[in-house]
Amino acid sequence: MNKRLLPRVLLLISGAIMLLSITRVLTGANDLTSTGTMSAAFGLAVPIGLAGLGGLWSERAGVANIGLEGMMILGTFGAGLAGWQYGVWAGLITAIIFGAVGGLLFGLATVTFGVDQIVAGTAINILGLGLTQFLAKLLFTTAPGGGATQSPPIFGMLPAISIPVISDPLTSLQEKSWFLVSDVAGVVSGLFYQLSLLTIITVILFMLTKWILWHTAFGLRLRSAGENPWAAESLGIKVNLYKYFAVTMSGGLAGLAGAYLAIVATGVYRGGQTAGRGYIGLATMIFGNWRPGGTAVGATVFGYIDTLQLRDDANIRGLVLFGSLLILSLAGFIFKSGRRNTALAFLILGVVLGMAFLSTSVFPPEVAQIAPYLTTLIVLATAAQRLRPPSADGIPYRKGDHS
Amino acid sequence: MRTMSVKRIGDTLLAPILALIIALIVTSAILLAFGADIAEVFGAMWSYGTRPNSIVLILNLATAYYLSAVAVAIGFKMNLFNIGVNGQYLLGAMVAAAVAGQLSLPGIISLPITILVAMLVGAGWAGIAAWLKVSRGVSEVISTIMLNFIALGIISYTIIRTGIGKDIAVNVRGTKLIPESGWMPGFKIPGAANEVYGFTLVAVAIGVGYWFLLNRTTFGFDLRASGMSPSAASASGVNSRRMTVYTMLISGAIAGLVALPDLLGDSHTYTLNFPSGFGFTGIAIALIGRNNPMGIAFGALLWGFLDTTSAQLDLIGVPQEIVTILQGVTVLAVVIAYEIARRNKIREQQQEVGRALTEKSNIL
Repeated sequence: MNKRLLPRVLLLISGAIMLLSITRVLTGANDLTSTGTMSAAFGLAVPIGLAGLGGLWSERAGVANIGLEGMMILGTFGAGLAGWQYGVWAGLITAIIFGAVGGLLFGLATVTFGVDQIVAGTAINILGLGLTQFLAKLLFTTAPGGGATQSPPIFGMLPAISIPVISDPLTSLQEKSWFLVSDVAGVVSGLFYQLSLLTIITVILFMLTKWILWHTAFGLRLRSAGENPWAAESLGIKVNLYKYFAVTMSGGLAGLAGAYLAIVATGVYRGGQTAGRGYIGLATMIFGNWRPGGTAVGATVFGYIDTLQLRDDANIRGLVLFGSLLILSLAGFIFKSGRRNTALAFLILGVVLGMAFLSTSVFPPEVAQIAPYLTTLIVLATAAQRLRPPSADGIPYRKGDHS
Repeated sequence: MRTMSVKRIGDTLLAPILALIIALIVTSAILLAFGADIAEVFGAMWSYGTRPNSIVLILNLATAYYLSAVAVAIGFKMNLFNIGVNGQYLLGAMVAAAVAGQLSLPGIISLPITILVAMLVGAGWAGIAAWLKVSRGVSEVISTIMLNFIALGIISYTIIRTGIGKDIAVNVRGTKLIPESGWMPGFKIPGAANEVYGFTLVAVAIGVGYWFLLNRTTFGFDLRASGMSPSAASASGVNSRRMTVYTMLISGAIAGLVALPDLLGDSHTYTLNFPSGFGFTGIAIALIGRNNPMGIAFGALLWGFLDTTSAQLDLIGVPQEIVTILQGVTVLAVVIAYEIARRNKIREQQQEVGRALTEKSNIL
């Protein structure tokens, strides 16, 4: 992270916690920043973030990947299949392999045969769903504790780490509901409470990705395949090899995302478990401007919204107010930066949300259901010109065939 | 000239047939690996699928698939990827069902209103993606994926939590039942007890309209030109932004019709159990049929046959999802086959040009 960016990110995070705190005090929805909510949010951010990271690898090498959902489904199934028979670790590894095989197949279609990437992604999604449903019915129906759409329970558990020295005092501080202090305590203790090993691995994977793609020669070559494959090839880089590596990596990460859902979140493979999270992962990556840091922030935001959906209605009302305050303060920043029209649009949106908050006492969970998608659309609509996807993203590349 | 066109038709059919054969081989291999009797599997599907009652079911399902695929295909023709057919048709069907439920007018008036409402809603929802694309530069692939999920949220909110949704049966909420005058009458085929949806004829008309629009109008010419070479088209005066908006609106309007065969011919209410996912089926079928109105019809009937007969497989102990695998492999094989055929054609043309040039230089 460069030196100019760090203070701005810290400012953004502290600003967001400040707004959350104001929201909590105004609405009395004390669950908004509780240790439990924060811990669950960081948990739900993991599969979304891993899927987003998978998308990032693929798209950085110039292959647009909407097949993430299918690869993630393959991952959930692999985790259930091996996890039920040989335990969590086997499940984890099988999930990665299954996802990677999906990625490899995607690579075969897009890299070797040069098929349109969106089309191939759609086909992978159809195949992943069909194959797992077929095999699940065949293999799990007669298994003890299994069913036509569900695997027997995965045995064993991945270690979860709590650091009570940090989280216990902070949790009690959080429960005091003091302005700002309790909220910061809740966020921090949520980070250290019941931390799954897979969450730690995910954080490491994000840092590794950042390091490999932006600080090694290998990463530079891989990204050059996504920016200008013709120039890269002329410098002797085996573009197709890098693309294959990237899509396989992408599939493996999506498979790992599936493994989290099957192993950590539920303990079984269940049909439809991914529930579109592959697409949210894709949205997260775009939200994060095709960068690991941005993707991580996006995943946390969407994980948080996903969590509130499962909690009581007061929190969703809080979410609406929070959204309104956030958008209004962003409107201020945008106005100062000179983009008057966008600022006006944000102002109107913020006021509308604020009025919705004032006039409605109970919000339905559907508000939280559509919030991640709506957020992505708004980000795209207001920042599409500032986002910078890899230049050759989505364009089929054929050696020696410059169009 | 005649042999030319025969060769062309042969070339067009070769890829999908080859793909289907590859898909059948892959599927058979999977079935064999699990010890199923292949002859029994395909025999069961064939004997069930050729009964008159089943043919009606296949036609009815294929009608919805056809509309969805045409909606996708018109976008494809201009290199626009409308992944949002799903959201467009579900939202269109819900609003149309809600409106039709309130109309107690003779069918001749209420049916066109229902159809128009569905088309307008579908076009409107697609219009958001079109606007985002031309004015904000947002890729329609991403925006339509997002709009699909937003549509699902709006629908479940409307049906579950507003007065538009009513308790239709135990644990089923849907829109108010459409009065009988607003239904679309079906017709019978010999030997079948059930009826073919009247909307099948509308789908045929849409297919003819699609062909006419593309091949016999200036709009269609501009559209195909923009799809083949955006720079050449805009150099010859085609306004590509306007074309994008119009194409997206037409695609969305046709998408709005996808659920109407079922709504007007059978269910007469929009419930949350309404079949979703036809949008993705439409993408697959448009690819199989290569955006050609007849090719799409072939694909829609094939998909209709596979999906209608697959339920028979569970009865003989083979999971019916094998059909989804068959479909997935077919799509993948078809697009690969087309890509290879396209490259071969380019190579042939280049060789021909090369030959012509050498001949010319020899004469000189």
